[in-house]
Formats: sequence, structure tokens, C-alpha cells
Amino acid sequence: MTSARSNARHCWVAVRAILLLTAVLGIVYPFAITIVGQVGFSAQANGSLVSENGTVIGSALIGQSFTDSDGAPLPEWFQSRPSAAGAGYDAAASSGSNWGPENHDLISAISERRSSIAAFEGASAESIPADALTASASGLDPQISPAYARLQVPRVAAARGLSESQVHALVESKLAARDLGYLGEPTVNVLQLNLALTHLGG
Amino acid sequence: MDAWLVALQAATVALVLALIYRPLGDYMALIYTGTRDLRIERGFYRLIGVDARSAQTWQSYLRSVLAISLVGVVLLYSLQRLQTVLPYALGLPAIPQGVSFNTAISFVTNTNWQSYSPDVTMGYSVQLVGLVVQNFVSAAVGLCVAIALMRAFAAVRSGTIGNFWVDLTRGILRLLLPLSVLAAVVLIASGVIQNLTGFTTITTLTGASQSLPGGPVASQEAIKILGTNGGGFFNANSAHPFENPTAFTSLLQVVLMLAIPFSLARTFGTLVGDRKQGYAIVGTMASIFVISLTALTLFETLGTGTAPQLAGAAMEGKETRFGIGASTLYATSTTLTSTGAVNSMHDSFTALGGLMPMFNMMLGEVAPGGVGSGIYGMLILAIIAVFVAGLLVGRTPEYLGKKLGPREIKLASLYILVTPTLVLAGTALSFAIPAVRADVEGTSIWNPGLHGLSEVLYAFTSASNNNGSAFAGLTANTPWFNAALGSAMLLGRFIPIVLVLALAGTLAAQDRVPATAGTLPTNRPQFVGLLVGVTIIIVGLTYFPVLALGPLAEGLQ
Repeated sequence: MTSARSNARHCWVAVRAILLLTAVLGIVYPFAITIVGQVGFSAQANGSLVSENGTVIGSALIGQSFTDSDGAPLPEWFQSRPSAAGAGYDAAASSGSNWGPENHDLISAISERRSSIAAFEGASAESIPADALTASASGLDPQISPAYARLQVPRVAAARGLSESQVHALVESKLAARDLGYLGEPTVNVLQLNLALTHLGG
Repeated sequence: MDAWLVALQAATVALVLALIYRPLGDYMALIYTGTRDLRIERGFYRLIGVDARSAQTWQSYLRSVLAISLVGVVLLYSLQRLQTVLPYALGLPAIPQGVSFNTAISFVTNTNWQSYSPDVTMGYSVQLVGLVVQNFVSAAVGLCVAIALMRAFAAVRSGTIGNFWVDLTRGILRLLLPLSVLAAVVLIASGVIQNLTGFTTITTLTGASQSLPGGPVASQEAIKILGTNGGGFFNANSAHPFENPTAFTSLLQVVLMLAIPFSLARTFGTLVGDRKQGYAIVGTMASIFVISLTALTLFETLGTGTAPQLAGAAMEGKETRFGIGASTLYATSTTLTSTGAVNSMHDSFTALGGLMPMFNMMLGEVAPGGVGSGIYGMLILAIIAVFVAGLLVGRTPEYLGKKLGPREIKLASLYILVTPTLVLAGTALSFAIPAVRADVEGTSIWNPGLHGLSEVLYAFTSASNNNGSAFAGLTANTPWFNAALGSAMLLGRFIPIVLVLALAGTLAAQDRVPATAGTLPTNRPQFVGLLVGVTIIIVGLTYFPVLALGPLAEGLQ
């Protein structure tokens, strides 16, 4: 067999192989998994949606902005981390800032956030935790550190006319420990915390 | 973050890998040495027209590898260009030529470099019928090449190294597909989405609107990780909560990406008839892994650099649920394999922290490396190590009973020269050609100064080593980067494969010489030390100058 004919034969086998594999791996496999997911784990497979009075208000896994239309933080809500996804928590444009450690834009953003958060919370600049000053990898981080949640308690309580101890107790009840006790970090889910807040009244 | 918690999660990974090392390694050995075909496999061979009983010479085996890759590139390119006529396109336009070219090569070469933002580029049809299929096939091809090399070491005066089509089919149907099904179900149960509903617009708690994405994510995530592919369904990759919702799924993904590459050392030991050889290889891989993980965790925890110091911790580009410990474990695993998925943004790591993933890839991704490609890379380094030791004591080097003559050493030496050449030439050309330099500096580089050089260096390191992770601030969707990185991926994948299969051909044709008192034992801790040293020194000397200009300079300034 000549080399050219041999190459052609190899390619013809490859074409048939790819087409068959595409049917199995590209169509049967994902659709079978979709059926398993929809039947067996419907809530997770559809995005762990959170509803209030029958209306979907978000996903427990996707962070939200709690700001007014100009991006100014609303004092009656616990605030999420800074976000680099679109204009902030744009779930159709997940992204980190990708700013490097010596990038001047990042350095000035951190300084600016520190002073504006300190003013907003009425707290000292040194008390602000790192997650409040930095953007997450996805831009959709649904969680904040327990330290950042606690920092926001007095301001939220004041804005809602609730007692600090009441709001503090709510935060403590919403703390999520590390997975299996030792994986990752302890967190507070901001959407679920804010949703619970609306049930406190005020 | 407590240091002992980080150590505990790494210990968990080590324990799981140790538990599956034997069964998975032996199972893989069985897959590739068994003589019985499953019924579905017999049907498959009939339909594609191959005789499963015939073995191929190395040249024929190589032609099959190249044929399936060529067909894969053409098909994947066409699917992207024709996106508008495919179902579930989500109303997205056809993908432009440059991105289609780059992506087709990227997924066929097991790189999964993404110069586009998937959220707004790829409809479900291209993701499933195009990308998922290549996630399986490219991983299986890597396995084929690795197994062919292992067979060659075990063979005695053989003209053939196996049947590619049989190896490919078995790797997919008996290994990758069943494990992916299992992994996908666990991922869904843990919160990864799997639906076909497209975007859903909801009203948030404050009354704003948010567009939540859907998609068949879990099925893709499973093989993305298991096949050390790494191409994310979303732009944020495994940092996206729909791809990697919890610290548990993050750990699971780490285990999945390391499972096959580490266990292949067992397969190797079993196939060559001396399991201690496998332990020496896995010992080398594990040593490098532990050193690298410790260094990265240390750098990120210290958080040196202006911005991390100002913020109080290196949390820019990291998710709250992962923190620093789960981020550094993932980053080390993804760059010491050929995965390239990320759960944190490497571009925002501290300067020396960002150097580590780069250095991991520069090692050639051999600790444990990609599915298949890791172990054949490590075996090449083992040959170099034996050769170096042979020079020191003045004996003809031999490895596993095979004499390492001029031809073998030439092939191995060429292998280790390929990627450094591509990385350094690509980086140099990006700044040496005036028009390209203007475009790279004006359009592509996101972080100015030293960090900008690191972004370009990282891109060529990632592409040439078929990793796929990025210093993602770099805008890579330009004619220069689409073309140059596309070429780097292609050459970085297939030149080494040609050399490995040629080596397999010569080794298989040799007799096996019995070990004598003068033979260097390659199954003892002493050899592990030698191999670790050779791996790090060869790389260190090659890349040290350019690292000194980028991340080292940034870290020490």
C-alpha cells in the first residue's frame, strides 16, 4: 500500500471513529446525565434556586449586589464582596479582576474600598477583613467571611431599627462551618442571610 | 487559616490516591493488556473498519494518532463556524475564525486554552458535541501514547507496539466514560448544574435583575477534570460556583485530576514486570508535588507584595469558600498535571506565588502530569537521569533492561528541548517583532511592567505544555496570540508524541539485557533523588533567566 493511500485509510477510519464517538460522548452521555440530574437531583441540577413567596429571587450559589442603581451600597442589607463580573455580580459575565499584586489600579482600589467601607460601617479602617477589600475569582462569590458579616451587624441593625443582638444572633445562626469540618473556610451566604433578615421584620 | 487544616486536606488527597493506586493502576493495566473485546467494542471496530487483532508498527500507530487528531481539529473548527445552524446555540453568533482555529487545536491537544469567554461565546451544541467529545478523545490519545511506550519497555524484539484503535476505544469505554458518569452524578448532587434551560432572568432581593446561566455543566466538568483537560464551561472556570460550588467539590476535583496520572505509575510497574519501578516513579512525582505545594502555600499565606499587604491577605482572585489553602492545592494540582482548570485567579497571586504554577508547567508537567502525557514525560526524564548517571560512572546506560544508545538518547534529548524552545521563542517573538510588540503591549497585556512579561511568558508556557491555565488578564483573542499560541499547542503536543512513539519503536525492537552488578538500580530511593534532581535542574537552568526577568524580579523588588 502506498503511503498516500495508507494515510487516506487512517483518516477514513478516524472520521468514522469520531462520528461514532460524538454520538456516544457528545449526545448520549450528556443527555443521560441530564436526565439523571433532573430526576434525581432536580434542585441542584437547576441551580439551587432560592424562592420567596413562590417567586425565584436568586440562586444560593450565585452572589448578588445589594446596591442601588448607581452602585452605592444599601445600608439595610449585608453587602457582598467587590465583584469584577461585568458591572458587579453579572452572572452572564463571570470573571476575576486579574489585577497583579503590584498593579496600581488594584492598590488604589483597595485603599479606596478600605476608607469607604470604614465610613459606611462606622468602623476603624484596620478592622476591615481582606475579603471585603478584594474581588473574588468568579466575581459571583455568594459568600463573605464571618468577620465581614459581623462587621456589618451594627449598621444593618441601625438601618432596620433592630437591636444589634438580634441581628448578631441571626448572623451566628447563618454561619456555615468548613465542609466536613476542615475543608475550605467558614462562610456566611449573603443572599440567605439577607433573606432571613427580611423575616425578622423591621 | 490554620496550617494544620491545609496539611490535613493535602493528607486527605494523599490518602485517597494511595488507596486507589493499586486497584486503578492494575485495572488500567488489565484494560490495555486484556485480549477479550466487549460486545460493544466489537461492533465499534466493525463500524470503523479496523481489525482489533492486528498490531501496528510505531509509524502506523503514529499515523492513527495524527489522523484522529486532524479529523478532530477539522470537525471542531467546522462546528464552531456553523454554530448558528446548530440547536441550543442560545442565539449566539458563529465563532470567528481566529478563535475557532485556536480552540479547535486547544481542545484536540488536551490543552483547553480558552482565548474566548465561554459564557457569551459557546452554545450548548458546540460545548457538547465539540468540546466534550475532544475532552474524552484527547485524554484517551495521551493514554494510548503512554501505554505504547510502556509496552515497548516490556517487549522483546518486537516490531509492533499495539493497536491504536483498540487502545483508544478501551480507554474511553472502560475507563474515562464510566468514571465520568460517576463523577458527574456526585458533582450534581453537590450542586453543579445540569440542565438545558439557557439563561433565566430573575429579580433579586433588591429588585434588580440578574441573568442566571444554565447548561449541561456537570457532564462536562467531570471529564474536564478527569481527563486533565481544564476547559471551563464558564469564564471563571472552576472558581464559578456552578462548576465548583463547595470546598468538598474542590477537593473532589483535585482527586479526580490526580487519580489517573498517579495510578499510571502502578500500571507502568505492572506492565514492565517490576512494581518497584512504579513506586520509584510515583515517589518522584509525589516528592516534587509536596515541595511545590508547600512553596505555593507558603508564598500565598505570607502574602507579600503591595496589594496583598494592603488588603491584609492575598484574597484578590480567591473565593471565600476556598480561602488560601484550597486555592493553592488546586493551583498546584492543575499545573503539575496538564489540567489548567483554576479555582482562583493565578494572575492575582503574589509574585512568587504566581511563579510556582509557571514553574510547575515548565517542569514539563510530570508530577504527575496529564493523563498519559505525564508518565511518558517522566519516563523520558528517567532515561535522561540514567544517562547522566551512566556518564558519571562511565558505563553504557540501560533502563529496564533496554540499552540506551545514541538513538534513544537523541530522541529523549530532542523531547526535552521541544517545549523550552517553543516557550522561549514564542515569548521572545512577542516582544521582538515591532508590530507584534505594539499589539501585545497595547492590547493584550493587562498588568503593566514586569507582571506583563509574566503574563506573556505564562501564556506560552501554558500553551506549549498543553496546560491551558492562564494569567488571565492577558487578552489572548488577538490575531498574534490566536495564531502563535495555536501553533505552540500543536507543536508542543505532537512533536513530543512523534518522539515518544519513535522511541517506543526502537525500544520494542531491542532485546532485554539482564541486569548486572554494574546496572544502576532504578527502583530505589537513590534513583528517586536523582530523578527529582535532574527534573528540577534541567528546568531550572533552562528557564531561570526569563523567570528572573518576570516573576522573580517582581517578587524581589
